Amino acid sequence: MSGRKRILERAVKELQDGMCVNLGIGMPTLIANMIPEDVDVMLQSENGLLGIGAYPTDLEVDPDLINAGKETVTAKAGASYFDSAESFSMIRGGHIDLAILGGMEVSEKGDLANWMIPGKMVKGMGGAMDLVQGAKRIVVIMDHVNKHGESKVKKTCTLPLTGQGVVHCLITDLAVFHFPESGMELVELQKGVTLEEVKETTEAEFVVSETLKVNN
Amino acid sequence: MSKVLSSLDEVIHQIKDGSTIVVGGFGLCGIPEKLITSLRDKGVKDLTIVSNNCGVDDWGLGLLLENKQIKKMVASYVGENKLFEQQFLSGELEVELVPQGTLAERLRAGGAGIPAFYTATGVGTEVAKGKEHKEFDGKTYIMEKGIVGDFAFVKAWKADPFGNLVYRKTARNFNPVVATAGKMTIAEVEEMVGIGELNPDDIHTSGVYVQKVFVGEKYEKRIERLTTANA
Repeated sequence: MSGRKRILERAVKELQDGMCVNLGIGMPTLIANMIPEDVDVMLQSENGLLGIGAYPTDLEVDPDLINAGKETVTAKAGASYFDSAESFSMIRGGHIDLAILGGMEVSEKGDLANWMIPGKMVKGMGGAMDLVQGAKRIVVIMDHVNKHGESKVKKTCTLPLTGQGVVHCLITDLAVFHFPESGMELVELQKGVTLEEVKETTEAEFVVSETLKVNN
Repeated sequence: MSKVLSSLDEVIHQIKDGSTIVVGGFGLCGIPEKLITSLRDKGVKDLTIVSNNCGVDDWGLGLLLENKQIKKMVASYVGENKLFEQQFLSGELEVELVPQGTLAERLRAGGAGIPAFYTATGVGTEVAKGKEHKEFDGKTYIMEKGIVGDFAFVKAWKADPFGNLVYRKTARNFNPVVATAGKMTIAEVEEMVGIGELNPDDIHTSGVYVQKVFVGEKYEKRIERLTTANA
């Protein structure tokens, strides 16, 4: 199984029946297609839709109906439309149960960097800074190491932050971490991954949960 | 005095070099395409544009970039636009990146007569630099200021002659807050109905915010990322 598939299959388990959820642009958007039928969630799109449906057929395509990634979508039964200020009232006001976002770096203090790389063209943070401050639970999904093999799970983020101490759960291709007050905690190993492997590839300091879940 | 315009030229000539214009839309969805092209044709320069995005290279606000009319852009995400990158890197274009929710609230506040507000968004990041920090109930917030533009460009679906507006689906996005945040708000719409034909319960933007209304024809409504189920 590819690392990305492992990350997504673990991430989809964070969605519980009845939740209102915001899935970030890119890899998190793919989770929408993996939600089990018995889990009924309302997906929020920060441009003004709660209740994202499937991608449209050719006949259903409507330029007035897109998601935050600017893709054409549909609205499911029970959906609602609203303006951008209200959309972020939902987010900032703590009415969204869960946000799943991509990451470039996560620190042991739960800091997240995911919006810019100095020296490269700045594209903008979009709604990420609002989401990390406002959603009730923040799950970050990313590869454990970068293409040079360096850990993306850091003592301190080197990239500009999206939010400070905002991450509740980090899911990588190797492991799952939680961020309680007491410090970063390894709670789960992905299938076939050893504790030694995680220790070697993680720059951050973490404790191993007494109830560490090992997936074989 | 009628708010209904027979041509956009009647208002576009009032826009001078150096004006600040707040513009509705998200990506290319719900953008005031007729107002943007008219402004491009008018050619005024040194504009400050406040809008979530800056169009693409050959459409939307990208047309004003192409024509070098924008001095400063205030936006949350500008990654769809190569011209933007070129003008930013060459120093021709000034950019203020604002988190999307903060941008929406700054426009809402501006339109609602609230000069500033506190938000947790951006605390501990570059966005917070130089801004007042204040603690409420043990949590830190930063102060952000309201925005009011000299002009507001709005795209709606339907209007009546008083300027009451109804939007369609996610083409609503920033348009309702933008409508409140202009000293002079100009709305362009696809359809004009008679006074009394819109159900008052269904009106999204009250005509009190709208100074001028224009009915556009043949909307292009370009799609940025066509995604279908049959792919």
